[in-house]
Amino acid sequence: MSDQPQFQLDGQPIPFQPGDTIMQAAHRAGVYIPHLCFHPQFRPHGSCRLCVVNMQGKTVSACTQPASIDLEVHSETTELRQSRLRLIQLLFAEGNHFCPSCETSGNCQLQALAYDLGMTHYHYDPFYPTRIPDGSHPELFIDRDRCIQCDLCGRASEQADHKAIYLLAGRGQHTHVAFRSDDGELGSTQAQAEDRASHVCPVGCILPKSGNYPDIAGARLYDQIPIHAQGNHRRDDGGTHDD
Amino acid sequence: MARRVAIDPVSRVEGHGKVTLLVDDDHHITEARLHIVEFRGFEKFIQGRPYWELPLVVQRLCGICPVSHHLAAAKAIDQIAGVDQLTEPALALRKLMHFAQVLQSHALHFFHLASPDLLFGFDSDVAKRNIVAVIRHHQTLALQGVRIRKFGQQVIEAISGKRIHGIAAVPGGMNQPLTADKITPFKQQVTDIITWCDETVQTVRDLFQANRDFHENFGTAPAAFLSLVGPQDQLELYDGEIKVIDANGQLLHRQPCDQYHHLLQEQVKSWSYMKFPFLSDLTPDTGWYRVGPLARLNTCSHIDTPKAEQRRQEYQALLGKTVQAPLAYHWSRMIEALHCAEAIAVLLDDPALLSDDLVNQGNKRREGIGIIEAPRGTLIHHYRINEQDQVTMANLIVSTTNNNQAMNESIRRVANDHLNGRELTPELLNLVEVAIRAYDPCLSCATHAAGKMPLQLELMGTDGARLGSLTRHSDGSIQHAD
Repeated sequence: MSDQPQFQLDGQPIPFQPGDTIMQAAHRAGVYIPHLCFHPQFRPHGSCRLCVVNMQGKTVSACTQPASIDLEVHSETTELRQSRLRLIQLLFAEGNHFCPSCETSGNCQLQALAYDLGMTHYHYDPFYPTRIPDGSHPELFIDRDRCIQCDLCGRASEQADHKAIYLLAGRGQHTHVAFRSDDGELGSTQAQAEDRASHVCPVGCILPKSGNYPDIAGARLYDQIPIHAQGNHRRDDGGTHDD
Repeated sequence: MARRVAIDPVSRVEGHGKVTLLVDDDHHITEARLHIVEFRGFEKFIQGRPYWELPLVVQRLCGICPVSHHLAAAKAIDQIAGVDQLTEPALALRKLMHFAQVLQSHALHFFHLASPDLLFGFDSDVAKRNIVAVIRHHQTLALQGVRIRKFGQQVIEAISGKRIHGIAAVPGGMNQPLTADKITPFKQQVTDIITWCDETVQTVRDLFQANRDFHENFGTAPAAFLSLVGPQDQLELYDGEIKVIDANGQLLHRQPCDQYHHLLQEQVKSWSYMKFPFLSDLTPDTGWYRVGPLARLNTCSHIDTPKAEQRRQEYQALLGKTVQAPLAYHWSRMIEALHCAEAIAVLLDDPALLSDDLVNQGNKRREGIGIIEAPRGTLIHHYRINEQDQVTMANLIVSTTNNNQAMNESIRRVANDHLNGRELTPELLNLVEVAIRAYDPCLSCATHAAGKMPLQLELMGTDGARLGSLTRHSDGSIQHAD
C-alpha cells in the first residue's frame, strides 16, 4: 500500500503530492472533474467555476483548492450538476454561440459540457452582445463571440510562449479578449500560428486561417464519446491526454 | 368589381407560401402572385464571418438540398483561396456528393410529394392523395422511392459524416477521402438504384402520355430557359458555363459563370421577399426564365450516361426539342435522377476517391462566385471579403428564386383555364398547388423559412378588403370563411 497521502473524491481514493490542488491530483489520477478554464500546463485561474466541488460542506473550486489528507470531496452530485448546467447556460447566454457552423463544434469543451449536463435550452435570456472579431493576423482569426473569458490564451501566451500577447480587458459583461499591441489588433503583435496560445482555446474563439474543418462530422473528439468519458483528453493535444 | 384571390399556405412544397390571384371584372386573372412572406436574412448575417465558414453556414438554408448550398459556397471560396482547379480526388468526391444530393432530392420530390398527384389524379380525394396512400396502393414504387433516397443520403453521409448538414468541402478541396469499406456497400446497391430510376422514368412517361393534352397544356407559359452546360453542351450539374435559350430553343447567351452579374438582374417587389431575376438585356416582364430539370434537358445537347441519354432522346422525340410543359418537370426530373445514379456508379469505381490529395492552394482573392445546378435549378453564390478574410457582401440567387416569375405565370395560366366565375373552389385551389409543385419550389431556400404546409385561398377586392377565404388544413379538411 502506498504511503502517498490521499483524499476521497466521490468515494474514490485520490493520491496527491505536496502542493497539488484537488484538480491536479484528480487529473493525475485520471479522474475527470468538469472544467473549462483549467489546463494542467498552466497556473489555475479559478474563473469558470465549473470545477466547484463540495469539500466537507464547503463549496470550493477544485483547481485552486489545495489537496490535503483525509478530505472528503464530492463532485458528481445532483446539486453540483445542476449548478454546472446553469453556469454553462449562463455562458451560452452571455456570448454568441452558434454551434451548427462553428468549426470547433464536436471538439468544443463548452458544447461538450452542455451536452453532458443535459442542456436543452438557454434558460436565461441571451444577451446577444456585439463583439467585434479580429481578422488582422495573417494566420489567426479571433471570433470574440465565442470567448468564455477563461484566459487560457493569456496564460499560455505568458507562461509557455513568453510573449504575453493576450489579456482580458473591460469589466463585467463587457470583458473581452484583447491584445497588447499599439493598435489593439492581433495582427500587430508577434503572435504566430504555432504558438501554444494559438491552440489552447477550449471553445472556438482563436481559429487558424488554414486547415479549417479537418474532420467530417462523427470523427471529432466529442462526437462519439461524451466529455465525462473522454475525461482529460483535449483537442489542443490532438485528443491525447493533456499532461 | 375587380378582386383578389389568395391561396395560403401552399402545401406539399418545401416551405410555406401563399398565392394571390388578382381578378378583373371579366373574371380574367390579371396577375398571379406567389408570395414569400418569411424572411431569414442569410445574405446579411453572414457578413463579418470568416469566408471558410461559408459552406457550413449557408448549407443551413435548407434541409433538403444543403449539399448544393455547401458546394456552391465551396466553389466560391475555392476562388477566394486562389484555387481554380481542384485535385482530381477532391473533384471526384464533390461530384459524387452532388450526384447523391440531386438523386435523393429528386426522389424525395417525386415519390413523396408529386407522385400522389400523378398516380391518383389531381382531382382525387386530397385526404387520400399522399405518400401513405402511395405506400398502400403502390408499395413497390413507394419502397423503391424510399430506397433511392436513402441510398443518396447514405452516400452523402459517407463523405461528410452526416446525411444532412455534414462537413466536407474546405477552401480548395475536401477534408477527408472515402475508404474502401464505405464504398463497397454502395457498389452492391447501385445497380438496383439505376434499375429503379429507369423504371420510374417509364412510369412518369406513361402517366404523362396517358393524358397527353392535359399534361402538355397544364400551366404552360412559354419562357426562356437557363442552366449550366458542359463543354460539349452536355448535361452538367457541378460546373460549366451558363447557357440561355429562348422559348423556341434558340441560343441567347452562353458565358462563364463569373459573368453572371452581367447576364442577370434582380427586381424587388413589395409583396414578396423573393426577388425576381431577369435577363439584363430584356425587361423584368420579358426577361424571366425557367431553371431546373426541365430547363437543363432543354439546354443540353446530350447526357453522358447511356440510360439517361436514351431516356432523354425518347423524351424529346415525344415532346419536342424545347419542352415548355411544367408537368414535364416530373419526367425530366426522373431522367436526371437516372443520370445521377449512373454517374454515381461510374464514380464509385474511381480510385481517386481513396486518395488524400485533397486540397490545392493559391493566392488569395477578394471575390468568389460559385454556381452549381442544384436539384431545383441553377444556384448562385457570390461573396466578397475584406483584407481580414471577413465576408462583406453575399448575393445568393437560389433555384426557386430563378423560377419565381415562371411559377406565377403557370399559376395564372392554370387559374385562367380553371377559374369558374368568381367561385373559389377546392378544385381550383388544388390545381394551382399542383402547378406550383411541378417546379419543386423550395420556399425555405428562397426566402427562407420552414413550417407546416396547409393551404389557403383568399378572395380580396382591389381595395385590399377580403371578400372570402377557403382554407385546406394539413389534414385535408376544407374551411370556408367570408
